[in-house]
Amino acid sequence: MTDRARLKARIQRAKQLERGFLLVAWLLLALLAAVFAGLFVSMLQTAWPRLQPDFFLSFASRRAAQAGILAAWVGTLVLMSITAAVAVPLGVAAGVYLEEYARQSRLTTLIEVNIANLAGVPSIVYGLLGLGLFARLLGFGASALTAGLTLGLLILPIVVVATREAIRTVPNAIREASYAVGATRWQTVWQQTLPAARAGILTGIIIGLSRAIGETAPIVTIGAVTFIAFLPPSPLSPNFPFISFDWVWSPFTALPIVTFDWTSRPNADFRANAAAAALTLTLMTAAMNGAASWLRYRLRRRQRW
Amino acid sequence: MATSLPRRRRKMESAIEWLLAGAALAAILTTLGIAAVLVGESLPFFRSVSLWRFLTDTQWTPLFADPRFGIGVLLSGTATSSLVALAVAIPCGTALALFLSEFAVGPLRESVKPILELLAGVPTVVFGYFALDVVTPLLQKAWPALPGFNLLSAGLVMGVMIIPYVASLSEDALRAVPMSLREGAYALGATRLQAAWQVVFPAAFSGVAAAYVLGVSRAIGETMIVAIAAGQQPRLTLNPFEPAATVTTYIVQVAKGDVPHGSLGYRTIFAAALALFLLALTFNLAADWIRRRQRLRGRIS
Repeated sequence: MTDRARLKARIQRAKQLERGFLLVAWLLLALLAAVFAGLFVSMLQTAWPRLQPDFFLSFASRRAAQAGILAAWVGTLVLMSITAAVAVPLGVAAGVYLEEYARQSRLTTLIEVNIANLAGVPSIVYGLLGLGLFARLLGFGASALTAGLTLGLLILPIVVVATREAIRTVPNAIREASYAVGATRWQTVWQQTLPAARAGILTGIIIGLSRAIGETAPIVTIGAVTFIAFLPPSPLSPNFPFISFDWVWSPFTALPIVTFDWTSRPNADFRANAAAAALTLTLMTAAMNGAASWLRYRLRRRQRW
Repeated sequence: MATSLPRRRRKMESAIEWLLAGAALAAILTTLGIAAVLVGESLPFFRSVSLWRFLTDTQWTPLFADPRFGIGVLLSGTATSSLVALAVAIPCGTALALFLSEFAVGPLRESVKPILELLAGVPTVVFGYFALDVVTPLLQKAWPALPGFNLLSAGLVMGVMIIPYVASLSEDALRAVPMSLREGAYALGATRLQAAWQVVFPAAFSGVAAAYVLGVSRAIGETMIVAIAAGQQPRLTLNPFEPAATVTTYIVQVAKGDVPHGSLGYRTIFAAALALFLLALTFNLAADWIRRRQRLRGRIS
């Protein structure tokens, strides 16, 4: 009888512990949600007076009330297009090679370990790579090109890993059918495998770019300036060949740099500006992450195999 | 058969294969590039400052008239902020991972994950702003003596930033544990928590440990939060209530200012980054090694 009572007490205790754990886990989740909400609300509150159209349409200024983020968000768009131009072709090609072509060899293992490692290299170290290699050695200076190349290499592992995972989900039957009607390996990859994997690859690209858009340390390190009162030259030119790549060489600023600069000023006037720039940046990354989640959700629903 | 392909087609196929292989080699070139830049720019530095002094000096004043180069000073700031961050991220991340993999099912899990993804997506510079402008004032209400810049608030926010990372990596490891182990525990009358904590967690421990190690590597490499909220004065301290510079803070601070190219001050950032890179590399390789060992041992028997 006492044995039975003791057993009952033990079971009771185990159940209580479990309830306790669940309570802690829920509190933790609530806390995290509260942190995010608190961050968002405090930003919104501080930023509110500055969230006017002219904040987005004016250049930097020494007076906080007149300073805007025009050059910063244009710079961020310019940076993202260069970053994508670097990371997407290289990353997708590397992913295709590792999944569809590479044989099991030392070199392949080396490449794989290397990619895993690159994903863990602190972003500021990429900044020094950009500073030493692109800005100084190749003489690109503190241009949008230097920053775009640096960020492109930074998100390369993300794109490679996403591409590989997406390709791996394509069933072999599709490849075999393609070979059976006489397609070569590349024809199979280009016409069957890649189209079948494109939603997964696109998700990875968006996640990579949303990481790049908020990266501050590497572009501060390559020497990007904060005070820019002009836009990069237009990519369309009135003369032949009507396309100009001067914008690639132009000095630039970007949203994270401007946020950092305003946040680290002792002058309290710039607090509202810092909050408004931070809010803009957060909304941009949240929108990109949301798009990626939605794509993944749609992908899972529409998958036919 | 491949031999029946027209010659041009075959040439193109192999050209494409080489192109793709070239893209894969870009990853190796990036690593080599990083190593070459860091070592190349640090070598002249170590010619004028001995490695011994670099590792043992107790002061870091590279831009003073009487320069001293003790990387230990910066490392102490890095260690303190990282320890605070891990003290937050490891318990919380583990608890969340256990909750997500062992308790939350179906729609619940689907609605919890976006919260973590939202947090993981916040740019670090925004977290830095949050640490300086929201968390520090809150902490000062509890400890009025807390300085405006301090390692504590930077570390706490960094911890929150790392939670989703540790949680999702650990959750992957916990999910990989075969169902039969859980069923065995339930058959013996274990509650879900007992099964999770005494059976699943130990079985997945190497994967979870790898997640912790990657969290450490994230923490030591984090830059913007400490640069904004922890102050930028180099100080040999393990006290989180003080302001101090970390390795990453120092690099940002120098790169942002105008230090002439080729000067000793300019080279110090490469030497500091080399120390940081080697440290992060050690942790990354350790994580990789832990995971590989687990895979070699194969299925849990």
